[in-house]
Amino acid sequence: MTALHVLTLTLVVVGAALAAWFRDLLASVIALAGASLLLSLEFYLLQAPDVAIAEAGIGAALTAAIYILAIRKTRPKEEE
Amino acid sequence: MSVVVRTVSRVVAPVALAFGAYVIMHGHLTPGGGFQGGAVVASVVALLVVAFGAERWRKWTHALLPLEDVGAMAFVILAFLGLGATFFRNVLAGSGGLFGAPVPRLGPNPGALNTAGTLPLMNWAVGLKVIAGLGAVVILLSLFGREDG
Repeated sequence: MTALHVLTLTLVVVGAALAAWFRDLLASVIALAGASLLLSLEFYLLQAPDVAIAEAGIGAALTAAIYILAIRKTRPKEEE
Repeated sequence: MSVVVRTVSRVVAPVALAFGAYVIMHGHLTPGGGFQGGAVVASVVALLVVAFGAERWRKWTHALLPLEDVGAMAFVILAFLGLGATFFRNVLAGSGGLFGAPVPRLGPNPGALNTAGTLPLMNWAVGLKVIAGLGAVVILLSLFGREDG
């Protein structure tokens, strides 16, 4: 069980670091949504299903959709 | 979007809508509630906007924006109903009506659905507000800037 926690939290940190590291904003948003989904899995493992549903709905689905809609209206690459 | 995306959306959207409605309507007994179920339904709206284009959902915003006010007003009115004792007093619990069935001896469980008084009604009000608010946000955000390029 502890190994699963460590794996999930490591992947959350990796996803968040990738979201900050990518120059392509679309890839960055997808990494953020993946980190959010893994964070929701971690909430479920910590026996907080209420928070897990909210995190999966808001963090993984709606935030990513709103970010992608915003990227479509602006430039898809981050400027140096 | 492509035919594949539209076909899969047609299959997934009713299932996700049913799940959102379940999360809202059982919010007083199982994990979830008005906000979580409303977020699930709003993600269905985002899916439909992405699959079928934002233009055909433009007229929905005229219906969604008043619905958000209705949800907020219903929540506050339900809270004021208990003002004889305190704000948010659960006046319907244990009153024997549709929502006031007595709680069984074993405690609340999914089999005893109508024991929570005003809590399901408040969950529905919050769910209506979240569906209308987040749905209108997604539709309007995908419409803005379309003319400007």
